[in-house]
Amino acid sequence: MALKREDGRKASDLRPMQAKVGVVPNADGSAIFTFGDTIAIAAVYGPKQLHPQHMQDPSTGILRCNYDLLSFSVSDRKKPGPSRRSQELSKMTQWALEPALDLEGFPNTVIDVEVQIIQADAGTRTAGINAAALALAHAGVPMRNLVCAVAIGKLDKDIVVDLDKSEEDFEGGEGPTDFPVAKLANTDQYTLLQLDGKIQPERVKEVLSFADESCAKIYEIQKKALKEALGE
Amino acid sequence: MIAKVTEAHEAPEISSESEESIVKKRRVVVPGEIIVSGEDYLPSEGTRREGMNILASRFGLAEESGRVVKVIPVTGTFIPRKNNVVIGRVTNITFNGWVVDIDSASSGFLPIDESPRFINKNEMDQFLAIGEVVAAKIWSINTRGIDLTLKSKGLGKLEGGFTFRIIPNRVPRVIGREGSMIMLIKEKTGCDITVGQNGWIWIKGQNLDDQIRARKAIEFVAEKFHVEGLTDKMEEWFEKN
Amino acid sequence: MSTMDTSNLTIETLRQMFEQGKRFDGRSLKDYRPITVEHNVSNKAEGSTRVRIGKTEVLAGVKLQVGAPYPDSKDKGNLMVSGDLLPLASPRFESGPPGFNAIELPRLVDRAIRESGMIDFKKLVITGEKVWTVIIDVFPINDDGNLIDAATIAASVALKDATFPGLDKDNNVDYHIKTQNKLPLSKETFPVSISFYKLGSSLFLDPTREEEEAAEARITFGISLWNGQNMINSCQKRGAKPLSRAEVESMMPILLEKQIYLNEKLKKFL
Repeated sequence: MALKREDGRKASDLRPMQAKVGVVPNADGSAIFTFGDTIAIAAVYGPKQLHPQHMQDPSTGILRCNYDLLSFSVSDRKKPGPSRRSQELSKMTQWALEPALDLEGFPNTVIDVEVQIIQADAGTRTAGINAAALALAHAGVPMRNLVCAVAIGKLDKDIVVDLDKSEEDFEGGEGPTDFPVAKLANTDQYTLLQLDGKIQPERVKEVLSFADESCAKIYEIQKKALKEALGE
Repeated sequence: MIAKVTEAHEAPEISSESEESIVKKRRVVVPGEIIVSGEDYLPSEGTRREGMNILASRFGLAEESGRVVKVIPVTGTFIPRKNNVVIGRVTNITFNGWVVDIDSASSGFLPIDESPRFINKNEMDQFLAIGEVVAAKIWSINTRGIDLTLKSKGLGKLEGGFTFRIIPNRVPRVIGREGSMIMLIKEKTGCDITVGQNGWIWIKGQNLDDQIRARKAIEFVAEKFHVEGLTDKMEEWFEKN
Repeated sequence: MSTMDTSNLTIETLRQMFEQGKRFDGRSLKDYRPITVEHNVSNKAEGSTRVRIGKTEVLAGVKLQVGAPYPDSKDKGNLMVSGDLLPLASPRFESGPPGFNAIELPRLVDRAIRESGMIDFKKLVITGEKVWTVIIDVFPINDDGNLIDAATIAASVALKDATFPGLDKDNNVDYHIKTQNKLPLSKETFPVSISFYKLGSSLFLDPTREEEEAAEARITFGISLWNGQNMINSCQKRGAKPLSRAEVESMMPILLEKQIYLNEKLKKFL
């Protein structure tokens, strides 16, 4: 029996995606990335001087990420200012992106990545990573690959792709499971792996297969956004 | 303090357009994209080899010149190279030179010995005070930082006029093949113009209108950098503006 | 983006240009750049907008919460304006505790709106113990000058768009229930901020970031219609240089002209 999701999607369907670069003219690179109703915007400043000096690394540039939700991106208003959740996700975002970058040519510098969620409907960290990867590429930062991220989920026993908020709140059976994954595009290297819920170890490879398939689609969207920026 | 340059080559004096005869059409590539396949190709700036393929290691325009493949960045911050002329602002005076902000990941430093004439240590701020603007050349990039000199034609303190910034990668387009574009703009507006490789540009004209027009022209070229036949289009632009 | 400030050479050139009524983008000293407004940028907000003036972009969102009234105004609901200067929007904005500019911006928006009488606070009462609090958050997305004018427009439009969320049987807010009920607002009153900037002996409006960095002083007026009359609701001068009496008086007719201009321009977005 084929799974029926509330919005009619098949298990392997992502929500409609949109991506655009150059949305913050002041930034060295910037992008918006959307999964359905989840909208993330990212801006990159750098490589630039890093102060204070004691934080500098003489062997490489440093990536610094800040992820947060705008107060009105969620139903229950979030007070401006960092929360523990945003601090954790900032670090996850940094680790998801770092392996793709080549910063050895920029010792003692910092690249600042700012991610803000304008509208949250689940999958915010993955939308944020996709926007950030685009913004880094747009900023001309040396990057070996783009980074693609997607939240794979499980509703009771069914593995599905790109959970929305109503699915995150799913009840019954094995409950909802949220498995955000990020990888270096066109490789088998995963840079973000998080999980909340219940999943049997044998099923993890299914999750990764779904992630691979989804990320290939996300890569095409990202590639198109970058090419369109130069009028192609 | 910084700025080790991974590829220690000097700034090209002419834009890459001069190699048009052997350059294949450029196309936009994204990081990780396969540009060409084959053992004969040589990966250059912004590319790497993985097995049979040459892949892009940054976003930009992929260009093949003969067997050499590189990716030219079209966005992003200024990467300083030896011999670049840059425009910067003095931010500090030390006992042996001036610290100059050149809008790059590290500051520039102008040693007192590199001023165009002998300057006494006591009169350093009379020659160049904090906040003043200079056109300087990068003569050395090392672990200490970026060393600048004013000992060359067209360099020195900039007075009058104004400065503004374009995206640094657009500078070659604004200069044009063998300087043709910038010369056209200077001719049509009668302005003195110094173009810094760091994206900062200085314009000084006989009157305000000429200066405004020159800036508009440069910003137009910088925006339309990927359009072909831009020099002809600019002749048209000057008729209309 | 550049980390270098507008240079002294450029400031001097701008001073001369302004004396002749010239600007780099061809506008007059009194012109606003093109303004656009988008509605509903976040469906989780009770009302939200994106306002662009030239390349400056600000988002504003309205959230409604239920709580106890303030002890000295038990018959009224509340307004709070907050937000932040996101480092996203400019290389000048740093993360960390808000600096002066981050504190000033929402406060100026607050006063322009609060003092205009746009919101009928008495109609925000639910019961004796519970009132609505209207919270407006403003966030710049790109700073190309004149954030305050853009932010005030964004906040005012978001208020006009906003609808009440539902209440459950205990009069607690239930965001799953959306109503069509708009906030109790005065129909004629649409607060805007109009900021005058000064360089040398010239006064100018709606600067780009380059022009704003050259400004030696700024005065921001909150202005709106009240009982058919244009009323200045708030005012704040900042900057090291003083303004002369003649200068301040010269602003008044322009203020009225621009209040009418902005209201006209924004009509099609409302």
